[in-house]
Amino acid sequence: MVLYWNRPRECMERGQLEVLQLRRLQKTVQAVYHNVSYYREKMQEADIYPEDIRSLADVVNLPFTTKQDLRDSYPYGSFAVPLSQIVRLHASTGTTGKPTVVGYTREDIDAWAELTARGICCVGGGKDDVVQVSYGYGLFTGGLGMHYGAERMGASVIPTSAGNSRRQAMLMNDFGSTILCCTPSYALLLSEILKEAKIPVEDLKLKIGIFGAEPWTEQMRDEIQKRLQINAYNIYGLSEVMGPGVSIECPEKNGMHIWEDHFLPEVINPETGEPLPDGQIGELVISCITKQGMPMVRYRTRDLTSITHEKCACGRTHARIARIMGRSDDMLIIRGVNVFPSQVESALLAMGEVSPHYHLVVTRENNLDILEVQVEVSENLFSDKVRSLEGLAARVKKEVENTINLGCKISLVEPRSLPRSEGKSVRVTDLRKI
Amino acid sequence: MAVKQISVFLENKQGRLLAVTKNLQERRVNIRALSVADTADFGILRMIVDKPNEAYQGLKQGGFTVSFTEVIVVEMEDVPGGLGKVLAVLSEAGANVEYVYAFCNSDTGGAINVLRLDKQEEGIKALTAAGIRVLTDGEIFNI
Repeated sequence: MVLYWNRPRECMERGQLEVLQLRRLQKTVQAVYHNVSYYREKMQEADIYPEDIRSLADVVNLPFTTKQDLRDSYPYGSFAVPLSQIVRLHASTGTTGKPTVVGYTREDIDAWAELTARGICCVGGGKDDVVQVSYGYGLFTGGLGMHYGAERMGASVIPTSAGNSRRQAMLMNDFGSTILCCTPSYALLLSEILKEAKIPVEDLKLKIGIFGAEPWTEQMRDEIQKRLQINAYNIYGLSEVMGPGVSIECPEKNGMHIWEDHFLPEVINPETGEPLPDGQIGELVISCITKQGMPMVRYRTRDLTSITHEKCACGRTHARIARIMGRSDDMLIIRGVNVFPSQVESALLAMGEVSPHYHLVVTRENNLDILEVQVEVSENLFSDKVRSLEGLAARVKKEVENTINLGCKISLVEPRSLPRSEGKSVRVTDLRKI
Repeated sequence: MAVKQISVFLENKQGRLLAVTKNLQERRVNIRALSVADTADFGILRMIVDKPNEAYQGLKQGGFTVSFTEVIVVEMEDVPGGLGKVLAVLSEAGANVEYVYAFCNSDTGGAINVLRLDKQEEGIKALTAAGIRVLTDGEIFNI
């Protein structure tokens, strides 16, 4: 039996859906043009005005929005409404130490809860479920986003947040969690904790996992499904656009439905910005068409995927995006946290005593991502006292961790031992098998 | 009267110490004394060599992180209590030992002690006053 949260919307005939999208896009473009200065400037520069959007195809004439635009307008410059109408702020990691701020009106929070509820329902959840939200709560959108959705659906929500895995495993068992929301790597970790705690998976009531916030593979899905004996589903979202729930799989497990009555997706060639046809891999670009607080128009997600508008066997008409295959920039997602190599660089430079070569190595041990920052010990850093060098490593560690909000290991290495290439250094080695 | 010691940063990786010795061998630099301080991730090689400037240039060109550190080299009796006598003098003078390594000198039958102190000047003064022989660059290189 296929369950829908909002059948008329989810299965809307495409012609009608596109009419709705156009109307909403026009309204959004009007709003940003009149209320957000950088949109207005960019549009005037491109000689395009709100009234030029006469069909959905005209969206390609609108300028892109990038993370840099958000950075330049930090903290509130990209809001399209006065702060008095904003009821919630979230933030994600930025490249320069300053986060990217997102703001929601009451209606935005409402729509977010609605779409996340739609998503949980889409993978088979309902009001009788006990939903354990093991995404981080706080500035990160994961925890609260899933929380509101599950609550809207009428499920019983356990807001465990991330971490304290032993306790998570115990609660999962004692409270009879039926749905687990977390990163896929954390799901694998929990499966091991359960084993350690001698809690048989057969005793759990768990049946569904909603996993996202980091890239993963079909192999990982198989592994998680086998270990936890559940159905694991892929969910996609980003705070700039909304948060979790922008897009989610259905029981077909053949692409994630992106809720087109709220978002207008495109896939473009990341080099040229040209739109790509269905099925071709490129960068996902999303326009928010119902958001009020911070409507993103043609936001470049930097996530690589492909899209199909074919009707799904589940009956839903909304387009589906493929599993995210990578990034069109150098951003890393480590334990669900966005990390840019340039952040590490700015942290090292901020220390003043170093202008070092560095290299990031990401590995996965026991299903947890480990970030190692290798720093070359140049002559000006070198001391022949062990204590001084260990002190240096500790200072680097503190500075880097404060900047990226993530624990890491610092290794001091010999000069010229790190990979160099012509021009741009190779800054990252990602050894995770994902 | 401090002596130039060469310090080299080493990663804890196979073959790194060998690479240093090869580099020195090519320049016909002879190592007189050596010690390695190690941690889980890296090591610091400390050496007294016969041609410190050549060694420094060669290692630098070879891509190593290398520095000069001034150390005190003393000769002491190679008998029980020999080191104790030196340390007692330093303790009296309020000088702390940051690190120390020692080797025997088969020619004189004495022992040679390489010391790095937090108060180098005071240490040298106290040692000399106590009649302990503090070696110069020339003396140690010719041992």
